[in-house]
Parts: sequence; C-alpha cells; structure tokens
Amino acid sequence: MASQKKVAETPAPAATRPSILPIDASPVQELGREADLKAFRDMLLIRRFEEKSGQLYGMGLIGGFCHLYIGQEAVVVGMQLAMREGDQVITGYRDHGHMLACGMDPRGVMAELTGRRGGYSKGKGGSMHMFSREKHFYGGHGIVGAQVSLGTGLAFANKYRANGNVSLTYFGDGAANQGQVYESFNMAALWKLPVVYIIENNRYAMGTSVQRASAQVDLSKRGASFNIPGELVDGMDVRAVKAAADRVLEYCRSGEGPYILEMKTYRYRGHSMSDPAKYRTREEVEKVRVESDPIEQSRARILANGWADEEALKKMDAEVRKIVNEAAEFATYDPEPDASELYTDILR
Amino acid sequence: MPTQVLMPALSPTMEKGNLSKWVKQEGEKVKAGDVIAEIETDKATMEVEAVDEGTLGKILVPAGTADVAVNTPIAVIVADGEDASAAATPAQQNKAAQSAPPAAAPATAETPKAAPSAVANPPQPTAQPVPEFGDDAQEDVELVTMTVREALRDAMAEEMRRDPDIFVMGEEVAEYQGAYKVTQGLLQEFGASRVVDTPITEHGFAGLGVGAALAGLKPIVEFMTFNFAMQAIDQIINSAAKTLYMSGGQMGCSIVFRGPNGPAARVGAQHSQDYSAWYSHIPGLKVVAPYTAADAKGLLKSAIRDPNPVIFLENEILYGQSFQVPKVDDYVVPIGKARIARPGTDVTLVAWSMGMTYALKAAEQLAEQGIEAEVIDLRTLRPMDTETIVASVKKTGRCVVVEECWPQSGVASEIATRIMENAFDWLDAPVARVSGKDVPMPYAANLEKLALPTVDEVVQAARAVAYR
Ligand SMILES: Cc1ncc(C[n+]2csc(CCOP(=O)(O)OP(=O)(O)O)c2C)c(N)n1
Ligand SMILES: [Mg+2]
Repeated sequence: MASQKKVAETPAPAATRPSILPIDASPVQELGREADLKAFRDMLLIRRFEEKSGQLYGMGLIGGFCHLYIGQEAVVVGMQLAMREGDQVITGYRDHGHMLACGMDPRGVMAELTGRRGGYSKGKGGSMHMFSREKHFYGGHGIVGAQVSLGTGLAFANKYRANGNVSLTYFGDGAANQGQVYESFNMAALWKLPVVYIIENNRYAMGTSVQRASAQVDLSKRGASFNIPGELVDGMDVRAVKAAADRVLEYCRSGEGPYILEMKTYRYRGHSMSDPAKYRTREEVEKVRVESDPIEQSRARILANGWADEEALKKMDAEVRKIVNEAAEFATYDPEPDASELYTDILR
Repeated sequence: MPTQVLMPALSPTMEKGNLSKWVKQEGEKVKAGDVIAEIETDKATMEVEAVDEGTLGKILVPAGTADVAVNTPIAVIVADGEDASAAATPAQQNKAAQSAPPAAAPATAETPKAAPSAVANPPQPTAQPVPEFGDDAQEDVELVTMTVREALRDAMAEEMRRDPDIFVMGEEVAEYQGAYKVTQGLLQEFGASRVVDTPITEHGFAGLGVGAALAGLKPIVEFMTFNFAMQAIDQIINSAAKTLYMSGGQMGCSIVFRGPNGPAARVGAQHSQDYSAWYSHIPGLKVVAPYTAADAKGLLKSAIRDPNPVIFLENEILYGQSFQVPKVDDYVVPIGKARIARPGTDVTLVAWSMGMTYALKAAEQLAEQGIEAEVIDLRTLRPMDTETIVASVKKTGRCVVVEECWPQSGVASEIATRIMENAFDWLDAPVARVSGKDVPMPYAANLEKLALPTVDEVVQAARAVAYR
C-alpha cells in the first residue's frame, strides 16, 4: 500500500506524458473515456474561471489579494475524482480551484471575489475565505499552515464518529515549514487519523524557492520521523494524481492513519496579482507551460484516444466559457451586502 | 469576434502604467494564457496574457509607451479569418469594464503587493502644512522629502553601518527586497549573513531572534505583517518580554519586532487587524507606532538601540506617503514622547499611526467650523506619554481618542482612564473614542468602509464633547 515506486499498471505512451518535472514515482493509470473527459472539463473550468478572475481584478472589480490556481488544476481535479461523498476538503488562500472542484457554484465563488451579497460568504470573506458545509469545503484560510491543524481536526472528527470519511488537507511547499504542520503530523500518526496531507509543491512560496527555504527538499519525506508514509506525484498529470488518490484514500479510510502526497506542480501566474516576478525566468514558466500543461496533456490524450474530436472539445470550451461569463456577469451586477451585515455572524 | 486586450491594473488603485514590451508581434498566433506583453509601474511588473486564442491582429499601443491608462485597448486579437480593423472601435469588449456598477468602480483599495499609494477610505495625510516632526527638530535644519518606506530603510541601514551586531531577518526581506519593499537594498549593502531570508516559520524565527538577542546580537525581526506575528506571540511575550524580569535582571534582550500593522485594504478578516492594544498590554515591551516618515526614521533608530524588546508597528497604507525628514547625520527620536502635531485650544484629539490621518483631517474640518483641535501624535504606546496628554486636556477640557483597533480593552480605554485619574477635574465632557467597529474586518468594499473609523466620526465626536 505504501510502496513508493509502483510501476504503472497501464504505462502511458511516452508522447502523452511529457512531464519535465523530476518525477520517477507516480504510477499512471488510464482514466478511461468518461473520467478523462470529465477531468478535462473540470480543469478547463478552473482555468477559464481563474483567467476571468484575473481580468476582473484588472478592472478593479476584485480587490486585495487574489491568488490564482492556473497551472495546478490537475492536483485538485485528480484528487476529487477519487473522493467520495462526505470526504472533506480544506486548503489555504489559493482556493478557487478547490471550490469549483468540490462542485461549488461558480457564480457564488465569483461573487465572493467581487464582495457581493450572492457570494459564498455574503461578500464578507473575499477571495481567501469561502466555505460550504453542503459541499464539505472547510475553507479558505489566510494564515499559512493553519489549515493543516484544522484539517487534522476534521480527520479527528471522522475517526471519533467512525464515519469512514477522509480529510483532504491541502497546503503549499512554503506552508510545509510551519511548526504546526509537524505538531499535526505527530498527532495524526499517533492517533491514526484519516487525513491525506496534499502538499502542492509549486516550487515557490511567494518569491522563495523550495531550495532556499527547505533543508529537506523532498517534501514527501517530511513525515518520516512520525512514520507517515509519503510519495511524490506528478501533479501535472491528472491520471497520476487520480491513481495516487485512489490508493491513498483507501489506505486512510481503512484506518491505517495519515499519508502524505507531494504533488509536483507549478503556478504560472504571480503569487498574488502583482508580483515583481524577479525570482524566476520567463523561460522557466514557458517551459512548464509548453511541456507539461495539465490541460494540454489531457487534450492531447483525449484526441489521441479518439474519445472526442477537436470540434467536441471546442464545444466544451464554449460551454465552460459560458458558465464563467455568466458567473462574472452575476458577480459584476449582484449588489453589495446590506450594511446591516456588518454586525451579523459574529456570534450565534 | 475580435477581442480587445485592455490595459490591466496591477492594483485597484493603479490608474496608468508603462507598456514596456511586446512579447508577441502583430501577425503572431496566440493561445489563451500566452504572455503577449509586459507592463510595469514603479513597484511591480506584470505580464499581459492573451485571454483568447487567435492572432495578434493589431498592436494599438506601441512598446515603450508610458502612462497608459488602465482599460485602454492595447491590442486586438482576431480569430482565424477575421480582420483586425473590425475591432478598432472600443465597442463591445469594453462593455464590462465601462458598465461596472458604481459599487466596485471606485474601489480605492490598495493591492497589498504593490506600493501603497492610496487608502481604503481614510483621508490622505495632509500634504505639507503640518509640522511633520514637531519639537524634535531644530529650526534651521535642512529637510528632505521621503516616504515612510524609505525612512524605515534608511534607519535600518544607518544603524547596521554603525553596529555589526545588528541583523535583519524575516520572510522575503533579502532577495525579494521585502514583501512591501521596506528592506530594499539591504541585502546588496550588508550581504546575506546580515539580511536573512527565513522560511515561513514565524514562531520559530521569532524565538530564534530572541535567542540570538539573549546571546548579545541585535536582531530586527520583520513580520510580513503583524497578522502573522500571532503565530509568534508566545515567544514575543513569554520569552522576549519576560526574560529580563525572570532572570533577576541578568538577561535582557535587545530586539526589534517590526512590520505593517492594522487594517490594510480589501484583504479580509485574517489580514487586517490592529494589534496596538495587544502589545501595549505587556510589561517588558516597548511599543512604538509612528505616523510620519521623520518619526518612523528617528524612532526606529531608537528602537534598534534600545536594550529592550521593542514592537515597532508600521502601517502598509502609510509606507508610500511622503513627509519631510530632517537631513542630519543621526536623526533620533526618543521613545516614550508624544508630539503635538497641531496646537489647539478647544478639544484634544489623540491618535497614532494611521489614526493620525483621520485626526488631522478632522482637525481641519473642525477649524472651519470654529473649533480648534489640538492633535497629539502619541508615537509611542508603551511607555505612554501621559504627561503630554494630560497637559493638553487640562487646556482643552475635552478629548477624543482615534484608534483603528477594536473598542473593548483598546488603547483608547487606557487613555480615557489615565485622563480620568489625572485630569478628572479639568474635564468638561466624558472622553470620547472613535474606534474600529467591533467586528472582524469584512471584505466587501462597502462593509469595509463602515468597519473603519471615518473623519466624519471624529468630527462628530469632537463636536459632541465640545457641545457644539
Ligand atoms: C503565517 C503566515 N505567514 C506569512 C503569510 C504571507 N504569505 C501568504 S502566502 C505565502 C507563501 C506561501 O507559499 P506556499 O505555502 O508555497 O503556497 P503557494 O502560495 O505557493 O500556493 C506567504 C509567505 C501568511 N499568509 N501567513
Ligand atoms: Mg508554493
């Protein structure tokens, strides 16, 4: 179960797996027509949604911080394909993709970005702080690392209730250096809590590369002193993510305790909206985009397998754009929250 | 349909920027997400990405153009077989931008990562007339205009040149030049051993800083913002503030914890809080919160030299504001002394840091209404300059305290108590306070405005205590 280097059951043709990331671990399993098409569409929705968010920010409709998920789509979509109803998701401030993957309404997410009453937090939370009890999405947290303890607590509740659910706790490579992460690891292992720690290693925490911040750059080993198994996953390949998720969710669900998945991924955009971008070269960004874009990989595979033709994918893109445009329209014209909301929801 | 590419904003307050470079040329194919151009302001650069697939049909604004207004069409992307000229009129594609409802259009928020140049709704500090550095400066000294950001940087650089035991540590302070560019240039001048980038581990590096200070070094620990110092507050209070006492005076620590404090703009509840009252509560700490650039410089130099732990509360919105700073070799402002920022006779307004912007604007408006307010810039919250406050209140008989923190157990309640203890018989009205509203900071633009103090609230409070 915890074997780190499993050979792919169905080795993918080399041409469709052009990852430039230093991966030698993730087994890949073909998804099949239906799941591959769904993954493609879900990733596309996140991509288009985030592009639109960037535009709305540029127009002054979104303020403050706005952290886009572009480039990392395969991580959350692949995990989501393996989840079952009841499993919880929690993450940091780069959360738009997670919410869309959880099935939250793009209109409600976009309206929260613009601070309107139809937003998931009635406009009071903003880009970094949204939640949905219905979709088991627990936020949306602004303090780097805080969601790791919270996610461990969700797992504690799962075990307490013996409900068989797993907590999917996402955090960044930068967050992986926070002390509370290790306090949580220890408790999770000690009490065998059903939690998957998903480290979205996009190589940078703001302007600091993993190499400049981490003594152990193989973040999948960060659970070693707590006996938490971990593995590296090609987070640009939705099939690899799904395959890892299938195994690991089963492991956690069966009461074996926590597991770490380090997703090798990349953020194309700046950390937040304005970013001096001096810490990496344009060539580096371009190389990832060209060689291992998760959506392009997926598109090429779908076409190669004949699961859909160009025309059908174009149509899908148009549908996704329509959803996103409607969300933006809603988020633009929905009124701001009523002034009385200033004093609501403080206590109940 | 041809798509226009509009000049984007790096922040909601950005009005124009420079189009530095076209990465794609007319006639080149582009995919959604391709970088097509680069724009820049004085503080950041941004890549403009194509939002649609097609061909870069026409470049409307050539590379090298300065001051391009936000939302100006800069290029046209055409789908296969389309003609670029069809999109030459800024028609449909611009619709969303132009018809954005008023609620969002004048969002005056400042993006956190760009240089602060505007504020949520508080007023801009008065440009020139206020005596910016009060009693501390000699009359004949030359003044230079500089931003608070530059003043802070200069203070650190000057002290680091003077004393090799001083080092700076924090997230993004070195290579990135500071998340808010306060440590700009320090890495280049002092090298990586004295300007240290840390991992995101506030509790750890705050404790490490205290340990280094116990060993005799003089750390300046930058918190990206004080919101993140909550991760570290145990080390600040239990280790930094109490060790001198617990060791019977043997082991003090000379350390500065600094960074932006207080509400920023549109960043929501977890990134927008004023910690003035929190640190002001703690024996064993000194707490400084300057408003002007001169005070920022002079007080930071004092803080670095102080043998005690000093909490140095800056303000993101003030970083980009310019003030006059005396040009002297060693400009130092003593900790623990307030400054009369504006003399007056009818009511005393006490404020510090960002609160000063409300107080000074209110004083101007009150003067127009025939009420002469005396504005005290507290500058240091602990030890508090009770004497200056009390002397003023004995003159005016009335006092309004302006603070951005929450009202309960806030700094204003402490000031009110001290006035009651020391000047009760001189009071002609109860002390009033204008505080941040008693709620977590909301994100929505309209609610955020309501949550913050306003100039009008200060004016109303002053008139109420003056019974006018
Ligand atoms: C405790 C804390 N410290 C600092 C910050 C400021 N900050 C926000 S995001 C970030 C970088 C985090 O990087 P990483 O964990 O790699 O996630 P990514 O942004 O790459 O998704 C920092 C330093 C914060 N929000 N909270
Ligand atoms: Mg990262």
